[in-house]
Amino acid sequence: MSASRRTRKAGLNAVALGVIFFMAFPVYWMASTGFKRTKDIFSPTTRFAPFPGTLEHFRTALAAPDFLRYARNSVVVAGSVVLLSMLFALFAATALARFHFRGRKMVIVVLLIAQMVPLEALVIPMYLVLRDAHQLNRLPALIAAYLVFVLPFSIWTLRGFVAAIPVELDEAAMIDGCTQSQAFRKVLFPLIAPGLVATSVFAFIQAWNELVFALTLLPTAPEGATLTVWLTGFSSRFGTDWGAIMASSALFTLPVVVFFLVVQKRIASGLTAGAVKG
Amino acid sequence: MPATATDAETPSQRLAPDARRARPGRAAALRRRASLPYLMLLPAVVVLGLLLGTPLVRMVTLSFQNYGRRQLQNGGATWTGFDNYRYIFKDQQFWTVLIRTVNFAAVCVVATMVLGTLVALLMHALGKRMRLAVSVSLLFAWATPAITAVIVWKWIFDTDAGVVNSVLNALPFLPDYTRHGWFLTPMSAISILGLVIVWGAIPFVALTLYAGLTTIPTEMFEAAKLDGAGFFRLFRSVTFPMLKPLFLIITSLSIIWDFRVFTQVYVMTRGGPDDSTMVLGLLAYNRSIGTQQYGRGAAIAVVMVFMLLIITSVYIRTLLRGEDEV
Repeated sequence: MSASRRTRKAGLNAVALGVIFFMAFPVYWMASTGFKRTKDIFSPTTRFAPFPGTLEHFRTALAAPDFLRYARNSVVVAGSVVLLSMLFALFAATALARFHFRGRKMVIVVLLIAQMVPLEALVIPMYLVLRDAHQLNRLPALIAAYLVFVLPFSIWTLRGFVAAIPVELDEAAMIDGCTQSQAFRKVLFPLIAPGLVATSVFAFIQAWNELVFALTLLPTAPEGATLTVWLTGFSSRFGTDWGAIMASSALFTLPVVVFFLVVQKRIASGLTAGAVKG
Repeated sequence: MPATATDAETPSQRLAPDARRARPGRAAALRRRASLPYLMLLPAVVVLGLLLGTPLVRMVTLSFQNYGRRQLQNGGATWTGFDNYRYIFKDQQFWTVLIRTVNFAAVCVVATMVLGTLVALLMHALGKRMRLAVSVSLLFAWATPAITAVIVWKWIFDTDAGVVNSVLNALPFLPDYTRHGWFLTPMSAISILGLVIVWGAIPFVALTLYAGLTTIPTEMFEAAKLDGAGFFRLFRSVTFPMLKPLFLIITSLSIIWDFRVFTQVYVMTRGGPDDSTMVLGLLAYNRSIGTQQYGRGAAIAVVMVFMLLIITSVYIRTLLRGEDEV
């Protein structure tokens, strides 16, 4: 390796370290602050590592009023959204990927447009529609609202997974005497199961992270709203207790990060599918 | 399984369609199959039609109605034609916010695309281990929910104990940053907002473009380098043309996402100070849910949806190219 190439490589690595620092620092800082002792958080000279650490802030967060109740709501809402959207999406995606029928392209265009409608715009009429139907402040209303953006996304993503499986496989099964539904259950379904899991996880994350609908459609719900709404009230709840704020943020973020890392590779291509062919 | 002898003997899968066509009762089966995709789509279409269609229609009708606090409580909304639109188009604040939203989205998109592309190219040039480290850091930032990202950045720029102030104070030759308020002046507040949005958007752009880069044969880069192409020439003549559809899609997605930004602004500044970080999504929301001028809020929302539809059409057209062959 020549000297100039070596300096080039060292330069690139230095830039890479800068990128890593910029991208990872906020995440590190959240976890680090969550574990630090309060006096270290507010000491005039910044301490970058959480040693000696404490679990005090996590205890504060978990014991904070409503945290667990709102967390339970988040799980219920996101879980129901996943179950319902997968149920509808699986059939719709198979139809779109496996059959040529009139109106197919139109359905696809509608699905893509549906994903682009800004929720901030939709939340206004949604609020009035649900209010007129006396469904405000009810978790099922929020679940229904989430289907509006999770379902098109799920159909679109699953369609990609189904299309990736050679159609010859279901045909072979049918030639061997399977009925259409048997071919679906015994051949296609096991093959798209990993895709189904990945799509479910991503749908869960979307519902888990959503704020506008939860804020608006559950304004005064007796059982409370979801964790995102809980988090927006951080300054009135904890004041400047940044340790507790970071600990609760970390608790909210942790499941998302774990899930995300598991399925990211399978999902990310869905948004750009079609653009990278060959 | 009711397998018939002829089916079992089918020699190759490629012959399958002909073999099946020869079977008796095929016409009836085909007719049944023709309606099958519609049956499978029906539940999803009904659900979406109800849940998406109803509010969309209501949004449009609402924008032509006088619908405020009184109509909310007592009913009796009246049709007022284009009054709401006339009102918002005459409203100075609407134009200020619209122009700001467009400019802000433009700056964020350009910054995201430039930085994302540079990170992708960097990853392409790095060694294996360093590349892995970069992509892990990108994945963490990508996975962080918008709401927690905003809260953490707010803490980083906190007035009293934020790490930015204390690090700046430790550096020589700088003014005193003790208790410097980063969200007090418009320029500073909107810059930090942009920083948070770009930070959260870089991973998707960088990782997607990097995946695209790996599909370009190395010979192409090498040939161009042998011909004496420098960094910019290489990008302009090889990388960009090869990844053009990908660039088009990522750019239109970024425009869509940044134009409709809401969560970050709502949690970080609520539009302040003095409405200087107010964006269109938040304005529509505040007008309707906040001050209960639902008709006017809906009119803003309709304008927003129309503007987004124009950008979306580019995205969809690019995405559907090649869809016919599937």
